[in-house]
This record gives sequence, structure tokens and C-alpha cells, in this order.
Amino acid sequence: MTDVLMPALSPTMEEGTLAKWHVKVGDKVRSGDVIAEIETDKATMEVEAVDEGTVEALLVAEGAEEVKVNTPIARLSGEDGAASTAPTVEPRKAEAPMEDPQPASRAEAKGDPVRAAAPAAAAPATALKDPDLPEGVKLVKVTVRDALRDAMAEEMRRDPDVFLMGEEVAQYQGAYKVSRDLLQEFGDKRVIDTPITEYGFAGLGTGAAMAGLKPIVEFMTFNFAMQAIDHIINSAAKTLYMSGGQIKCSIVYRGPNGAAARVGAQHSQDYAGWYGHVPGLKVIAPYDAADAKGLLKAAIRDPNPVVFLENEMLYGTEFDVPEGIDWVVPIGKAKVRREGTGVTLVSYSRMVGFCLQAAEKLAEEGIDAEVIDLRTIRPMDIDTVVASVKKTNRLVTVEEGWGPMGVGAEVCAKVTELAFDYLDAPPARVHQEDVPLPYAANLEVLSLPSVDKIVKAAKAVSYR
Amino acid sequence: MAREQTGAAGRRKANGADTPKQTGGGKDELLKYYRDMLLIRRFEERAGQLYGMGLIGGFCHLYIGQEAIAVGVQAAQKPGDQVITGYREHGHMLACGMDPKEVMAELTGRVTGSSHGKGGSMHMFSTKAAFYGGHGIVGAQVSLGTGLALANRYRDDKKVSFTYFGDGAANQGQVYESFNMAQLWDLPVVYVIENNQYAMGTSIDRSSAETHLYKRGASFRIPGEEVDGMDVLAVKAAAEKAAAHARSGKGPYILEMKTYRYRGHSMSDPAKYRTRDEVDEIRKTRDPIDHIEELLEKKGFADEATLKAIDAEVKRVVADAAEFARTSPEPDPSELYTDVYTQVQA
Repeated sequence: MTDVLMPALSPTMEEGTLAKWHVKVGDKVRSGDVIAEIETDKATMEVEAVDEGTVEALLVAEGAEEVKVNTPIARLSGEDGAASTAPTVEPRKAEAPMEDPQPASRAEAKGDPVRAAAPAAAAPATALKDPDLPEGVKLVKVTVRDALRDAMAEEMRRDPDVFLMGEEVAQYQGAYKVSRDLLQEFGDKRVIDTPITEYGFAGLGTGAAMAGLKPIVEFMTFNFAMQAIDHIINSAAKTLYMSGGQIKCSIVYRGPNGAAARVGAQHSQDYAGWYGHVPGLKVIAPYDAADAKGLLKAAIRDPNPVVFLENEMLYGTEFDVPEGIDWVVPIGKAKVRREGTGVTLVSYSRMVGFCLQAAEKLAEEGIDAEVIDLRTIRPMDIDTVVASVKKTNRLVTVEEGWGPMGVGAEVCAKVTELAFDYLDAPPARVHQEDVPLPYAANLEVLSLPSVDKIVKAAKAVSYR
Repeated sequence: MAREQTGAAGRRKANGADTPKQTGGGKDELLKYYRDMLLIRRFEERAGQLYGMGLIGGFCHLYIGQEAIAVGVQAAQKPGDQVITGYREHGHMLACGMDPKEVMAELTGRVTGSSHGKGGSMHMFSTKAAFYGGHGIVGAQVSLGTGLALANRYRDDKKVSFTYFGDGAANQGQVYESFNMAQLWDLPVVYVIENNQYAMGTSIDRSSAETHLYKRGASFRIPGEEVDGMDVLAVKAAAEKAAAHARSGKGPYILEMKTYRYRGHSMSDPAKYRTRDEVDEIRKTRDPIDHIEELLEKKGFADEATLKAIDAEVKRVVADAAEFARTSPEPDPSELYTDVYTQVQA
């Protein structure tokens, strides 16, 4: 007798819906038979039997939602013991589909309580403090994924020159479902499936922008954009300058950036520092859904090339987003996510959630941390950081990328330049270890920044 | 490895399928081509001179020998059609009708240059002339030019993007990524390959497994043909046919222009990769300007005095451009930080 378990469709999937049973009690099944369909908000997949046997019981009803990975879903009677299932995945590159943000497998494997806590969801509620948020505006819970989608849809409705191009953005509905339903609303002229050809389609998008259109070029992940980086830097960022202001290039390059979960070194890289290095580019890396939406809308309207770095691990996380207004967040403005007087934590994207958790832990130890979300990497709002350091006298930067020549290095340099006399300790940087990201679960955890590492650094600069 | 030479020698007939007959060739037309090609040649000769004097810095790639291509293709263009090419672009800019003064002043890095001195020889643009550069990265203009065509198709404005590149760029991967999308989406682009036989110092036989570059679109179903790039009328006829194809919505077209550059790749060319005799032979037998001069005389359209008058006028234009480029001021230091970003409209 063997149990058929709910399979994981991706490295980050935790649960799914049992959409349909293809067998009933009493059916004989053989290896390879499709026994069920399971669904997540990312993908639908058939579950195949691996072993032979007769279906003794269906343990989960058809239509059941939020079925956890590894939950027994059916019981087979059969000769041999070990039964499992093999989902029929169709990998492309290292397989796009991902699920919700909590890196459960990694955390459990390591037994690290910090990683086990869902970084974003467990973070304290972050009240919207943007000054331009109108009184009484209604806030609704929206995932980062849908916030990005809504931003694109709203801007495409507003401006016929805006269009989206990239791999699997149209018929597939987005490798990460960020472009869901856009094809249906805007048609294939404005939602364009490209071949797998990053260098080429980044160049085409950039050329179309030079001709005055406003393309959104989606990279399935920014790891693949390395094939296209020549056009982002040499063609898009520099041509306005080289043409004496004649050739404008209003374009957004967007997609997930940074480490996902267990996808190894080539698929896990934070490019904020790379693009942040380049004059002519604007670089944005939002944390929550309201910023994802408001900043993407601002990026699309901006007349310059914008690199918009999303984080896959946050796509499924819900945050408050203002409803019913044209929500545009200004580029180049950092946000104080948590006020404090003891130490300044500066970060961006997913690490903001880590910093907020670290701040809670530090509070338990009597250290009152201020958390600054840079939101925009270039142009960087260093004034907000400096003002904070003048108050706290201590600085810790946190980023998912490597330390050398990184975003934290730039923040530290600027702060020592502008607020040297206010520093009571040398600034500290938390970043990925100086190695390619390892695959092994334990090493991966060791390599990346963690709440504990942030807490440790904050205590170190506080001489505690 | 020995491979059959496919050099430019000999004014042989283009061997692409269905090569159009040469059209045009009326008096005014021929005189205009003669004047335009002569302007490019004299301009480039002067640029070489200014480089030698230290007035032009960095890299400088001269177009001498290839004049018939920019002039012939330009004659097939309609207003609004875009041109984009690599870094050997001075000739295209002049053919587009840009003022020789602003081109030369850009070469000398002066504020009066087309990019206010901030682009230089390899990075020049004119939105007015629909000239989109002027790109320093070999092959990048092919994807960008295909993107211009994507915009044309998006707007359905019947414009055609004329995207030039050389035999060297023809081996870059993004060229084929662009070919694929251009044909897949029926983009109105004419790819003009200026095959001058040498990618820097590497001859096409040493760099390319398939030396007939007009065939390079075959696996994407893009039609292509070889054209005598030393004959302005042949260039124009082929470009007209290719443009009509692209403009009618049938997608891209490839023209391989067989040509030759007389000067080095850039100013600091050791010239060890070809013989002096080879260069002299082509100058003597295939020169595009001599060719049009012979035609003008044979048809009785111009006598020596007329041609001399044109030459004198061109020399004056070039001398004025050089003087302008020499005496214009450098950009103000405050220009250092302008045009990094387009200011956001409030």
C-alpha cells in the first residue's frame, strides 16, 4: 500500500489546488497514467502514477485548495512499497515556474528558524507613508505580481505607444504570470511573444524606443539579460549623451532579479550594483506591492531607460495597495519603513523584509533600528540615508548581491563622505558571501544574507 | 585552408537571382550622384588630413571607395525612411543631407558638431535626417535598426529602416536573432551589407564559412541578392526593389553590396593584410566615381569644364567645413553633465 503525495511543481511551491481527479476508487493504474491535475496560480500540471496498483482511496477531494506539498492525496494498493509521483514538467532553461515566496524547503532543510519564517509575510505591517497618498484612500491587499500587472495594464490603457515584449509574455501569460490577461486585453500587437533571443529582442526594443515608442522589455529573469546587457548599457544608456540630446530612449527593462530558491549560481544573481554603476540608466528595486505598482508606472512614463528589478520570491506576497487612484510613486525617493534612533539599516527589494524582521529582533534587545528602503538604486536618495545616520550614528547596509563594488559599498562611501563626523562606528555591510551561489540547501543559506546576519552586524556597529 | 577567392576584383555582374536592370541615369540624376559621391570622398580625404594634424582624435574610419552605396541607397529612400549603421558612417550622414560642417565639427569634438562634440566619429546622429547613428559596437545597429522597423510596423506608417552593416558584423550572433524576428514579424527593414572584403585586417575568406553574405538570410526565408556596390545605379536599382518589398509588408530584404575600402580600417592600420597592388588595381578598374564620370562623358552629359566646376564647388564646401570644425569652440565645461538624462516633464 502506498500513498501518492502532493508533488511540488517548482522549487518554491508550498501548496496547490487539486483541480481534477482522473481516476476513481477501484481503478487500476499503471506507471505513467495521469491520475490527477493540480494547479497553482502559476501553472497547471498532470500528476502521473509512478507505480502500479489499484486506487484504494482518494484522500483529497476534487477542487480542494491549499493542499500542502507532500500531503498524501491518494492511496494505492500494490505489490511494491515505495510510491511517488512524477510531475510532467517541461523545463526551459532552468525552468521558469515558481511559486510562493517562502523558501520552505531551504529553511526546513537547514532548520534555521529565521529562514523558516516567511520573510515578507512575517514582516511587520508597513504602513504607507508616502506624503502624496490622499486622505481616506482605500487600501486593498494585492500581490506584488498583480500590482506589476496592473501597472502595465493601466499604462497601456493610458498610452498607445506602450507595449510589452519578451519570452512567454503573451500566450503563456508570463513565465511568472506577471503579464496575465494582458494579451486578452491588448492583443498580440502590444503583447509580443519573442523567440528566446535576449540580445536580439533587447536590441529591437531599444531601437523601437529610439524611434519614439515606449517598450516594456521583460526578461524572464535578469540572469538572461546578461546576453543583452550591451544594448542596455551601450545602446540605451549612452545614446542620449552621445547624440547631444537628440536620441531619446524611453524604455523599461524589467523582470525578476536576485536569488530565487535552489536554482544555483547562474540563475541567482542581484544586478542592482551592475546597472547602478551606469550613468544614463535609472535603476529601481521595489519591495512591496504598492511600490512595485507605483514605481513601475513611473518607470513606464519616464523618458529614460529604466532597469526595473523585481524579486521572484516576493511575487506571491500580498501588501496594501491604494485602490481607485492613479498611483505613481516618484523615482529617486527612498522610504523610511521603520523609524528608530539606534542604528540605520539600508536595503532594497526583498532584503527590506529581512531588515524589518531584524529590527523586531533588535528591539527585543533594546536596539531601536531605523529601516530605510532605497526603492531606487539610481539616482540614489542619499539624503534620506544621511539624515538617518545623523540621527542614529550607525550604519548597516544589506543587499543580496556581492559586496565588492556593490550598492552597500556606494552607500558607505557616500555616508562617510557626507556624514563622517556623525558616525560612531565604521559602517558594516551585509551581502552575499563572495562566492557563486551554491546549490546545496545548507550552503545556499550560508551564502545569502539572513536576519541573523543583519542582527549581528547591527549589534557589532552598536558595540554590543 | 584554401578557399576560392571571392574578392571584389572585376566589375562582374551581380549573381543574385533576379537582379533588376539598372534604371534611371538621366543627366541631372547622374550629376547629382557624381557630386554627392565626390563630396564624401573629398570630405573623407580632408578628415584624414585633419586626423594627421591631431584635430580629430580617437578612432576614425573613412568611407573612401564605398561612396556609391550610401549615395545609391539614399536615392531609393522616401522621406522619413530611417538609416542606421556602424562606425564608418560619415558618408551616410552626408548622403542623408546633413550639413558637412556639423559632421566635421563633430569629428573635431566641437560644440557645433551634430552631437555637440560628445559623440565623436563613431557616434553621430540626426533625428531631423532620420539618421539613427553611428554605433560603435559591431553589429548592435542591426538589432536597433530592426527595432526601428518594429516601430514602423507598430505605427503602420509605411516607413522602411535601412540597416547597414559590414562583412565583419555579419558574423555577430545578434544579426541572426534580428533576421529571425524581422522575417517572423514582417518588419520593413532593408539590410544593406557593405562587404568591403575586410573586417579590420581579416579577409572575408578567413572569417566566414559562407562568403556569399546575401545568402545569410536563407535559413530565415529572407530574400537576398548580391549587388555591385561600386556602381551607384546598380545600388539604387537594387535598393528600390528591396525597399518596395519591405514597404509592401513582405518583410526584410538583404542586399550584399560588393565593395572595397581604399584606406585602412581606421587611421592606425598597418596594411599588412593586403597588397598595395590589390588596392591600386581596384582603384584603377572599379572606382565608383571614375565610373560615373565615364558615364557622364560618354552620354555627353558633362564635359571636363562642368566636372571641374563641380569639383571646385565640392572642395570649397569641404574647406569651409574643415575651417568651421577647426575654429568652432569646444563644448563648455558645463556640457559635461547635460543630456545624461532626459528631464522628466512635470
